[in-house]
Amino acid sequence: MRSEERGGTSTPPLTRGGREGLDFSQSSIHDPQSSIKLDTTAEDHHIARMAAVALGLTVLENAIPSPLPGVKPGLANIVTLIVLARYGWRTAAWVSLLRVVAGSLLFGNFLAPGFFLSLSGAICSLLVLAFAQHLPSRWFGPVSHSIYAAFAHITGQMGVVYVWLIPHAGIAYLIPIFATAALVFGAVNGLIAARFMDNTQNRPLPLEGEG
Amino acid sequence: MNSHELFRAAILPHLKPGDWLTLLLGGASVVLLALNLWNGGLADKAIIRSGGKIFREVPLSRDQQIEVPGPLGISVITIQGRKARIASDPSPRQYCVRQGWLQQAGEIALCLPNQVSVELAGSQKKYDSLNY
Repeated sequence: MRSEERGGTSTPPLTRGGREGLDFSQSSIHDPQSSIKLDTTAEDHHIARMAAVALGLTVLENAIPSPLPGVKPGLANIVTLIVLARYGWRTAAWVSLLRVVAGSLLFGNFLAPGFFLSLSGAICSLLVLAFAQHLPSRWFGPVSHSIYAAFAHITGQMGVVYVWLIPHAGIAYLIPIFATAALVFGAVNGLIAARFMDNTQNRPLPLEGEG
Repeated sequence: MNSHELFRAAILPHLKPGDWLTLLLGGASVVLLALNLWNGGLADKAIIRSGGKIFREVPLSRDQQIEVPGPLGISVITIQGRKARIASDPSPRQYCVRQGWLQQAGEIALCLPNQVSVELAGSQKKYDSLNY
């Protein structure tokens, strides 16, 4: 479409298909030899580094056998909580969503049902965290954030399960089990995050080192 | 360090009053969810089917024994104390007998070889039909 609009004025494209697929004229390209070069900032590197830590925790967690499919501790959310407290919601959202996408690529379930379950859980958690982070910090800490996010996580997942995978009222029997897991693991993750931040209160995070 | 000291040192400093409130709310909602979702509607009646057709619908309020004929013989259904079970059945593997007492609405015991089934139903059905 683009190339047709400009067909009369610009030089004819070398390969039509190529020009339609990738329009380099407006993207920031530095080296004509390499196909694409992205400008990355220090913040991008920082986000990527923290997403990698979250990814490591995801891999670790997958090695732990679960008594019930779907009940997982969600250790990677410890990173999300710390990032939320330190760098704000936007960075936390980046880290969390990057972790979901990269994790699915790592485990080979990108765009499979498991991926959408993770994604819906992460999105719901982030939406709730957007509100929960404004709770007065004198009264509410990472433990509260974590518990609210964990409940949002299972709500999002059960929503997707019901609407898409198992549209049967029978899954309601599993909700109390998932809710219990959300409460327990949410509290534990929140405590770990709170302890970590207390321990590193006067020292920079090891992650920030090479920023 | 015993577990009590560990609890005081590792956990208490990180819990603010609002966190306790959140824990309390979370615990209460888990209990409420369990009570609501696991106490599936009370069953009022038992629907007994034979060969796919409804043989009888009986209220659970009256204790009784019902004999249902099927292709293999007679299945005996017992209703007692607002519960129902298949007391005996001529099917070879006895799955429906071993299923035991049915108590909640929606529970069902099927004796496939003898084409007999008992389903408990409440005042309203949760779903119209099931498809697989």
